[in-house]
Amino acid sequence: MSEAIRQESPLVERITPERKAASPADAGVTLRERPFLGCVNLRGNPEDASFTDAVQGVLGVALPTEPNTVVESGDITVFWLAPTEWFVRTVADGERDLIARLEEALAGQHIATNDVTGNFTTIELAGPHARDVLEKGCTLDLHPRAFAPGQCAQTLLSHAGILIRPVHDGQAFELVVRRSFADYTFIWLEDAAVEYGGVAISD
Amino acid sequence: MSQTNRLQSGGRIDRSKPLTFTFNGQSLQGYEGDTLASALLANGISLVGRSFKLHRPRGIMGAGAECPNSLVQVGRGAGTIPNLRATQTELYQGLEANSVNCWPSVKFDVNAVTGLFSPLLPAGFYYKTFKWPKSWWDKVYEPRIRKAAGFGKAPTAPDPDRYEKKNRHCDVLVVGGGPAGIAAALEAGRRGARVILCDEQNEFGGSLLANRQFLDGKPGVEWAQEAVAELESLEEVTLLPRTTAFGHYHHGFVSLLERVTDHVGLTSPDRRPRQRQWRVRANQVVLATGAIERPLVFCNNDRPGIMPASAVSTYINRYGVRPGQRAVVFTNNDSAYQTALDLGDHGIDVAAIVDVRPASEEGVLVDRARKEEIPIYSGYAVVDTRGGQHVSGVKVMRLNGRGDGVYGEIHHFDCDLVASSGGWNPVIHLHSHPGGTMRYDESIASFVPDQAVGNTYNAGACNGNFALGGCITEGLSAGATAAAGAGFGSEDIEGAAPATGKQKESPLRPMWRVPSRKPISRAPKQFIDVQNDQTSADVYLAVREGYRSIEHIKRYTAMGFGTDQGKLGNINGAGIAAEALGEDIAKVGTTTFRPAYTPVTMGAFAGRDFGPERFHAVRKTPMHKWHVEHGALFENVGDWKRPWYYPKPGESMREALDRESYQARHAVGVLDASTLGKIDVRGPDAAEFLNRVYTSGWKTMEVGKARYGIMLGEDGMIMDDGVSARIAEDHYHMTTTTGGAARVLGHLEEYLQTEWPELQVYLTSTTDQWAAISLAGPHARDVVEKVVSGIDLSSEAFPFMTWRDGEAAGVPARVFRISFSGELGFEINVQANYGQYVWDAVWEAGQEYGITPYGTETMHILRAEKGFIIAGQDTDGSVNPMDFGMHGLLSKKKDFIGRRSLSRPDAIREDREQFVGLVTVDDPKEIIPEGAQLVEDRNANEAPKPVPLHGYVTSSYYSSTLGHSIALAMVKRGRERMDEVLYAPQADGRVIQCRITSPVFYDPKGERQNV
Repeated sequence: MSEAIRQESPLVERITPERKAASPADAGVTLRERPFLGCVNLRGNPEDASFTDAVQGVLGVALPTEPNTVVESGDITVFWLAPTEWFVRTVADGERDLIARLEEALAGQHIATNDVTGNFTTIELAGPHARDVLEKGCTLDLHPRAFAPGQCAQTLLSHAGILIRPVHDGQAFELVVRRSFADYTFIWLEDAAVEYGGVAISD
Repeated sequence: MSQTNRLQSGGRIDRSKPLTFTFNGQSLQGYEGDTLASALLANGISLVGRSFKLHRPRGIMGAGAECPNSLVQVGRGAGTIPNLRATQTELYQGLEANSVNCWPSVKFDVNAVTGLFSPLLPAGFYYKTFKWPKSWWDKVYEPRIRKAAGFGKAPTAPDPDRYEKKNRHCDVLVVGGGPAGIAAALEAGRRGARVILCDEQNEFGGSLLANRQFLDGKPGVEWAQEAVAELESLEEVTLLPRTTAFGHYHHGFVSLLERVTDHVGLTSPDRRPRQRQWRVRANQVVLATGAIERPLVFCNNDRPGIMPASAVSTYINRYGVRPGQRAVVFTNNDSAYQTALDLGDHGIDVAAIVDVRPASEEGVLVDRARKEEIPIYSGYAVVDTRGGQHVSGVKVMRLNGRGDGVYGEIHHFDCDLVASSGGWNPVIHLHSHPGGTMRYDESIASFVPDQAVGNTYNAGACNGNFALGGCITEGLSAGATAAAGAGFGSEDIEGAAPATGKQKESPLRPMWRVPSRKPISRAPKQFIDVQNDQTSADVYLAVREGYRSIEHIKRYTAMGFGTDQGKLGNINGAGIAAEALGEDIAKVGTTTFRPAYTPVTMGAFAGRDFGPERFHAVRKTPMHKWHVEHGALFENVGDWKRPWYYPKPGESMREALDRESYQARHAVGVLDASTLGKIDVRGPDAAEFLNRVYTSGWKTMEVGKARYGIMLGEDGMIMDDGVSARIAEDHYHMTTTTGGAARVLGHLEEYLQTEWPELQVYLTSTTDQWAAISLAGPHARDVVEKVVSGIDLSSEAFPFMTWRDGEAAGVPARVFRISFSGELGFEINVQANYGQYVWDAVWEAGQEYGITPYGTETMHILRAEKGFIIAGQDTDGSVNPMDFGMHGLLSKKKDFIGRRSLSRPDAIREDREQFVGLVTVDDPKEIIPEGAQLVEDRNANEAPKPVPLHGYVTSSYYSSTLGHSIALAMVKRGRERMDEVLYAPQADGRVIQCRITSPVFYDPKGERQNV
């Protein structure tokens, strides 16, 4: 596509240069959006070796079959979503190529690939109070003993569904949020962080 | 007057930090560390309120959560809180408190005359008296009773503070920070378990804060402080003071209320919340909730100055307050002797210890009282008290051997303080909440935990073990068991118990009701529940009237109905009920313990889930900002914000809708259709799957085509509808209604997983992936031509109900030729991140054709003109496809969900309501309200009810295109009744006359969408 074609994140109204500049100095939480990352939803039968082998050939890593786990390989991150469903994330604009390669490798098999790049955005929440803020709206146990890097979960953050995992050695959390819920989620996070000094936006 | 009753030294108050506060307008002083109650007592004030029914004077009675009397209104304005217990309200500078339930003042209360008529106000009085006439229920009785009997005032302005909610998991939750709880937390915390220790008080220590017992040779408080310091050093231990565990549910779920800044001021001084509700999910729960002393029940036992003995000791030892000048101690056990000693040690005269036990007792405390030469009356009882707004003396008589009568000389004692003890009740509330059972323990004459639910352990006084040494040992043991249960070490205690002195005690003599000279019905009132004015005579009355269950007796007498939930009185009440019934108290039992243990503010439950941004999720489309900038007003559809209409400055709603629909019918309109549910359906059996979930046939539809379908529930009723397109042989793009998307996906997944596991189909939700830009109107193609490339847009190459892959403004796009308006229509779908960009391009391209954005309201009008239904508006789960004349969509060649239900007798009944159109007769422009009921009788408003109903209106609008109003309705046998007239009577007395028509008002042949 042409360079002139403009993409917009669902947080276009929230994460602005002005808002970044106005980040509180004593913010207990730091938020970074990773917009436009290529996202693919993959369906298939993990008990069929021709499926798993072909996918591994494309992704460079075996699909996680342990529930609620994540594997990473280079630019690729694969989240287990369901016994026959995975969320595969790659670099921005990488989704079309990834889908094409998956479809080619899996030709003739009963599978489904869907471009869900526009369906989600990714938010990273760090800082000393990241867990405190998430605990206000998430009923899962987010303590590192119970939720460590390599794990992921699909749950609710207040009224919005999220896919969440610990990142950066458990020092931060990554939230994959549905596009239409992203604005609400941001507003909710900003409000929940008030007692910890608010949210600083980082690049 | 300045703290005349403050002791010179002692207590856990800071005399270097005086605090000024007001009570009923009077400015007073207390110290940091005081509660409002202790500060009032220090100032010689004990009268704080009036009782609920009789308006008798009520004084500070307890020293904690159990106090039934000390209800005050704290603060003014938006932050005010009614009915706080002064005994649990920490004093702060400037605190402002007022009595509740008294007028004009607590000392002179007009309604106190009620007390003179109290013989006319027995239990059940309300039920008996205020029954007739019925018309007086809400006009006379309720307002008057409420005015006379209500406590406190609710704030009228929004609460200025923040309330938060928090979820937290832990290995071991310890409720109660007294000696047992601290021991349990230490034992579990030292092993590395994630421990939460919560206590309702401002500091940990529990009973140690208020007594003078020693541990390891040092004051108990010092031991507690050292233990808390160690707990603070443990990384995985969370200490929550000022935090009440108010509800215990199954699977270790416990609700806590943390008062974060209540002790600082009326409103939070900084960004901290006022309160926080913790929703703790604990692997193991240790309850160390202590015990509450129960008072003895005797005549006129409700006067201010009559207190449980332990409360007297607490005010002396913890708050350095002298609760009276001359005391009588009345007891059936040894523990109150400690209070007598506490009084004597602080120079307060003890006129007598009146002990219902006949023999001279042999306990350590009794011996010490004897050594102090305090007069002890063994085998005696207090039979009555004197006093006005405060107790001024007691009458004492000898008790007979059975304990059911008194005799002999009356001894009079002047006193301004009566410390009474009838034994101790373990606080088994939290144990009982999830269904833990209890048993009666004769040695303490109270109920103790029996079988706990889940991984719950009771330790210390709440388990019926009142000795300090035993409490700590049980705490350590419970901590070890809980930690082991969570995978930390064995059940053997690892920590050492501190040394405690052993105290010899004599057993108590159970005494539920102290007899007097007169029979119960004629004796002065013996209060069981002092907040609700409920007496032993009321319990006897309830039993006489035939009530047998303690639950019924509670409800008949209102025992334990108050904000204190009967923490002081309920066990006494059960004992007196047993006596009246002639049964064993173990059999009578207690009423059910339910959350909340103490009252919880509404704010703590609401948390931050209020207001337009956070009450529920708000979903926005990729073009939301554009709609805002173009003046859209929004409508909630499910969680979505959809543009409703776009009024221009000065334009009324009707004018905006007329303009929007005119442009869509005559030029081109553009609608954001991104909210429609989208499901990707793929697999070798995808066509077969659609064939089973939709009513019509799908197998023959070719790739590149789209079709409208309806889905039924198993009951044959319309569940959802939408257009699905065939992307490839094994691949469909399904759309659902905006509000039905999640429900439909769940429904389809359920069928795939449970009913048809043989079908090879994968479903993927793609609702948010696509921005959908819908164009409608005669110039729709002209606009699309300027934006879209790679598609032959001619009617021949791209006919109605087909779709094509192409590019829109250089962005890959799926373009559908569909229409929900009856006009030539296209829907451009692009990846959502490009939605605004492509929308801008469409907007730009449409300028020369007068492109106009329209919202859901115009969409509704356009589709209603065409008679298109909206699932959820024109359907309500009770209508089937035949009702809508959709026979053509019901395939006879295959099975589908709901098909068999369509042949039920009710589904084929001939007088079912059918989908029709309506127009108004008298005033063609009058809009019938949606939901209006339709009748045949023009004078239905005056006719005898019920008037036979013939139908109801589901949709109704003004159609500027047609120049008159239109409505869609369900009418009995409607299709056979064309041109018949029906009436829609309105609540305001008007009657709207309407005529039945076809539901298709505009372009019945559908020529416009096919051009």
